[in-house]
Amino acid sequence: MANSVFNEQKVIVFQLQDKEYGVFVQNVKSIEKVDHITRVPKTADYIKGVINLRGVVTPIIDLRKRLNMPEKEITDQTRVIIAVQNEMEVGLIVDSANDVVDISEDSIEPAPSVIEQVETEFIKGITKLDKRLIMLLDLEKVLSKENQRVIEHEQVV
Amino acid sequence: MEMNQYLDIFIEESKEHLQSCNEKLLELEQNPDDLGIVNEIFRSAHTLKGMGATMGFEDLADLTHKIENVFDAIRNQKLEVTPEIMDVLFEALENLEEIVLSIADGGDGKKDVSAIVKKLQAIESGEQIEDETAENETSREQVQDVKKLKFDEYDRTVILQSIEQGFQVYEINIRLREDCILKAARAFMVFELLEKHGEVVKSSPSVDLLEEEKFDNNFSVAYITKEDKDFIRNSLLKISEVEEVLVEKVNVEKPSTERVQQSVSSIQSNSSQQTAASKQTTVSSKQSRQQKDSSKDTSQKQKKNQQKTIRVNIERLDILMNLFEELVIDKGRLEQISKELNHSELKETVEKMSRVSADLQNIILNMRMIPIETVFNRFPRMVRNLARDLNKKINLVVTGAETELDRTVIDEIGDPLVHLIRNAIDHGIETPETRLKYGKKEEGTLRLSAYHSGNHVFIEIEDDGAGINQKKVLQKAIERGIVTKEASETLTEKQIHELIFASGFSTAEKISDVSGRGVGLDVVKNTIESLGGSITIESEEGKGSLFSIQLPLTLTIISAMLIEVGNEKYGIPISSIIESLVIKKEDILQTHQNKVIDYRGKIVPLVFLKEIFEVDAEDDQDYVSIVVVKKGDKMAGLVVDSFIGQQEIVLKSLGQYLTNVFAISGATILGDGQVALIVDCNALIQ
Repeated sequence: MANSVFNEQKVIVFQLQDKEYGVFVQNVKSIEKVDHITRVPKTADYIKGVINLRGVVTPIIDLRKRLNMPEKEITDQTRVIIAVQNEMEVGLIVDSANDVVDISEDSIEPAPSVIEQVETEFIKGITKLDKRLIMLLDLEKVLSKENQRVIEHEQVV
Repeated sequence: MEMNQYLDIFIEESKEHLQSCNEKLLELEQNPDDLGIVNEIFRSAHTLKGMGATMGFEDLADLTHKIENVFDAIRNQKLEVTPEIMDVLFEALENLEEIVLSIADGGDGKKDVSAIVKKLQAIESGEQIEDETAENETSREQVQDVKKLKFDEYDRTVILQSIEQGFQVYEINIRLREDCILKAARAFMVFELLEKHGEVVKSSPSVDLLEEEKFDNNFSVAYITKEDKDFIRNSLLKISEVEEVLVEKVNVEKPSTERVQQSVSSIQSNSSQQTAASKQTTVSSKQSRQQKDSSKDTSQKQKKNQQKTIRVNIERLDILMNLFEELVIDKGRLEQISKELNHSELKETVEKMSRVSADLQNIILNMRMIPIETVFNRFPRMVRNLARDLNKKINLVVTGAETELDRTVIDEIGDPLVHLIRNAIDHGIETPETRLKYGKKEEGTLRLSAYHSGNHVFIEIEDDGAGINQKKVLQKAIERGIVTKEASETLTEKQIHELIFASGFSTAEKISDVSGRGVGLDVVKNTIESLGGSITIESEEGKGSLFSIQLPLTLTIISAMLIEVGNEKYGIPISSIIESLVIKKEDILQTHQNKVIDYRGKIVPLVFLKEIFEVDAEDDQDYVSIVVVKKGDKMAGLVVDSFIGQQEIVLKSLGQYLTNVFAISGATILGDGQVALIVDCNALIQ
């Protein structure tokens, strides 16, 4: 099975609403605990604000809100995943993040059109690992500014 | 390739040499007779050629070689400096610049230079000079005809004076054996031997070419000595591989004194600008040589000055700046801690550290300062080309090029300035005929100046052209729907002028490729405002316009007033604050739609940050804290909850994800590690 080793990728697994999601490890810079977030006025509602990440001002997105899920209080388990995409660094607030798994590329399947409660447009694919179902986040969509504007617009209307 | 490590240095130095060639060429255009300038260009071109050849950029070396030849011809007065030649030379320099830029961008420096090389060759061959093939022919001819060496007025004077002082002047033609391998070494030995007994005043081909072995098997020199002909001939023949030596006395006719004085005085004026060494008024060979030496001295002096500086990679300076920013943040934190602890020794230490850090900040900021010259440099040629393309006569006067600005500002300011200058030349300055008709000097003047004032740098672009036609501007603005007809009647002169910065505005009747289609002045304004600066116009119809740009000295570390709204902290740049005040709630007046205050006799509208920034907090205070800010002539009062104090802060961007946030120009990290947003006052004042 030398081939599959070659195709395996590490994925950071995090939880949202008791479901498991994943992002490829090369897109993750670090995982942080939630510190003081400074609100930035007049931005989309899912943009929580900015934090001081070791001297770099980094925007923070509430991933629950971004995926149209109900908000949840910040707990001890809450983490911020600092994701890197197209040279942009953005923090994503998730319920918890505590696992790294290897996924072979063959096992990734396209996302079914309907997943309970969740916007499927942000899901790149789905993979099964033993009995776990992991949804791979499409970072490009999550961080796209077009969507940012659309939602801002909706807010104004 | 192992040359890679030298590539950066090569690119930097090439750019410098090209720049100096450019400047000198412009100077030469003004004083075509000044051979001092020609010599300097020749030197720069020669270094460039050497560097290009060493780095293996053949096209670059080839082209520079041709340029060098042309200058050599000018230097030897075989060529007159004519506008046509200048045009070709400028074109050649442009080609060189393109090559260097392509190398800088990682290219291979290859470019088809045959067209321009042909042009250069045509200039040369018009007067027969040593380009590679012609060179061989001439040298071959020299065997038969020794009188081939050509003397210019200057050489002739030297020779004449030497003869008067009892020296002998010979023209020596030396032929090396066909199978000679180290021709340059032999030539060197010949020179060394000759220098022992006299002085070589001229050689053909030039010494540089001899050193590079760019000659056939023979060369000629003009030689001043007290020894006799046979002695020289015999000593030279002792050098191995020298096959034949022809020595002949040189006779020169007396040159016209007028010419000589002219050339000498030009040399004088050249060197006296740099040193006070030249007081000579009469012409003698010794003095001329002394002058030569003195100019050599100055160039050496300049070199010494240069050696006191070192090249530092800009990246390193950026890293230093970033580290220092971290330090400033930590300093802020320490200050806060020491305030809380109220420990006297800690306080003292922190205060001392603050002072040191302030000094350090000054030094680091100064290190990042670059004279605006680097931007201004490219303008003389641009103006020249534009003036030629548009058939206008323009005199560009540049002052204050030594004014220093932060590198980040320098990087950004180039394009806006180009735009404004193009604008001034295209729309501002009229054609010579029109100017004469209006009783103006045929030649328009474009003044470009820079100066420091307080914490700001001002850059001004002034032309004595047509000025802004207010009627036309208004008409256009109404046509384009920028203002309504009713509103236009109440506009002040200044406001009308500012209309030309509105987007989609062009008053040029003819669209030219010079200043585009009117998209641009708004971009200019935006760029300058994004740098924290401002631009204003003064203009009088028929007399000219003045564009004045005000820029901050530095961008990253600024003084800011920290304020609190609800429980959120914001910073307001001190540069836009006029005053902070606390007034009674009853003093707030209500106009038609706005709340205003009476600030020193002026009605100033209030902006409630709480509403703008959507902060949840009740206000039941009897007193209101207000920060009065300005944007140009306009003012506004920002209503806040409380003042925290003034602090040096490091301005940081919100990152690439959050762009164009309303009324926020960036963020900073406070002493307690939290992020505070910086208010963009320009966006809040309408």
